[in-house]
Amino acid sequence: MKDRTTLHAWLMLSPALLLLVAFTHYPAVATLWHALFSTPRANRPARFVGLDNFRFLAEDPIFWQALWNNLVYAVATIPISVGLALLMALWVNGKLKGRTALRMAYFTPTVLPMIAVANLWLFFFTPDYGLLDRATQFLFGWGPTNWLGSHETALGAMIVVAVWKEAGFFMIFYLAALQAIPPVLLEAAAVEGASRARILWRVVLPLLGPTTLFILVNAVINAFRLVDHIIVMTRGGPDNATALLLTYIYELGFRFWDTASASAMTVVLLAILATVAAVQFLVVERRTHYQ
Amino acid sequence: MSRTLETLAAWLLGLLWIAPLAYALWAAVHPSMYATRFDLLAPLTFDNFTAAWAAAPFGRYFLNTFLLVTSVLAAQLVLCTLAGFAFARAKFPGSGLLFGLVLLQLMILPDVLLVENYRTMRALGLVDTILAIGLPYMASAFGIFLLRQTFKQVPKELDDAARVEGCGTFRILMRVYVPLARPTYLAYGLTSVSFHWNNFLWPLVITNTVETRPLTVGLSVFASTDQGIDWSIISAATLMTSAPLLLGFLLFQRQFVQSFMRAGIR
Repeated sequence: MKDRTTLHAWLMLSPALLLLVAFTHYPAVATLWHALFSTPRANRPARFVGLDNFRFLAEDPIFWQALWNNLVYAVATIPISVGLALLMALWVNGKLKGRTALRMAYFTPTVLPMIAVANLWLFFFTPDYGLLDRATQFLFGWGPTNWLGSHETALGAMIVVAVWKEAGFFMIFYLAALQAIPPVLLEAAAVEGASRARILWRVVLPLLGPTTLFILVNAVINAFRLVDHIIVMTRGGPDNATALLLTYIYELGFRFWDTASASAMTVVLLAILATVAAVQFLVVERRTHYQ
Repeated sequence: MSRTLETLAAWLLGLLWIAPLAYALWAAVHPSMYATRFDLLAPLTFDNFTAAWAAAPFGRYFLNTFLLVTSVLAAQLVLCTLAGFAFARAKFPGSGLLFGLVLLQLMILPDVLLVENYRTMRALGLVDTILAIGLPYMASAFGIFLLRQTFKQVPKELDDAARVEGCGTFRILMRVYVPLARPTYLAYGLTSVSFHWNNFLWPLVITNTVETRPLTVGLSVFASTDQGIDWSIISAATLMTSAPLLLGFLLFQRQFVQSFMRAGIR
């Protein structure tokens, strides 16, 4: 009987496991291996080069710029999108006028393809004609700004687009968590005479802890994954000002066909993601010990 | 007073959030000379849509995306149901470790493994096929995780009762567990469809002909070639490609949001 359960379990698991191993576990390990070989060319097969690819990477200023840009991108998009998501959820969950329409407005970017979003925002950022320049001209009397073409503003523009795309998605999870809070708790706090701000700070926010952790993990992963708009809007430019790790992997691997360098960069990205996974695991572990 | 201010701020943010889309809508339904001139009396036109439709094989792109999204979802539902059920109910040695290995995919998404997966697809002779776009996503850790959580909440008594009646494991799964997990299937299905409808980087890498390109890649090719900056036509094409999802979302807004909540994703 016991053996039959095990057999059944393995039969049910094997199709999914096969695909997972083939397209997640195997490539992750193979990347490590292939990063130690040179790129095969037409008349010259790949040969073992040890850590040379990583050495080249360390000497490549664009790699360091992409890493730095990606850190800036992460440090900006994560707190802003999560903070806005919480604000949106609190507003939409409250007694605001027209909150159904508002919820829709906040959530709409989520269902739009990132590539369509990129087109919309290209238009938005166009110097002189674009809506943004018209607004700044009308409000502050500024002249035309090349938002996507100048070093100072391009990465910021990419961050704005990412926040705009993500915040509404994260809002949904906060909304779900807010609606799961027993009304009794809030009523009790109100009866005790606690102010709205105090209820928010002492009752609501602590209860949102696990949701915040879940959202944060997603936001961190997205900070390294959400690059579609960059590939379309700036291609990492101007002068690599918006190059991120994944866009540079794409450039190296599929524009220059330098798969060895692309594999080495993928190893760096995997190491970052593995660190995130480990930190999350530790935090969750500690949390469960307390409960 | 502060309430009014809050409502105002909320609405301002809402307007800001909807502005790019509203702007595209404006540009798409007016002649291109009005793309950057706001005039309430500007004549309405449908020409931009017909021009966009004629300028690129969007019909084919729609078909490709449809095939992609449906094949991925069908495979995901079958694979994740089986795996989720095994993890939820079967007790066997090593199941914890195995589940951990599955969850690894939540962190290391196929998107990141472009280079190796391309190598694999080339070895399999699948480059430039619709199957190759979907294959890395068909076994979804997120789906397995969601269904495992849902199946675990099914009362054990129901399971036992069906077993006493003489049902086999597979019948119990289909008759007891699957119907009870309907909200989870809905939530998961909606996220999966919108994810794959919108996915861009992997399809961009793995496809290179009109016969296989999904809408997103087709749109990027269209917008980056010789359209110049005819924003009206690009806006029309952009809206066209997002329309099915947007309409679906508007129609099923309530279910969409609620199914997310009911799925108990925490």
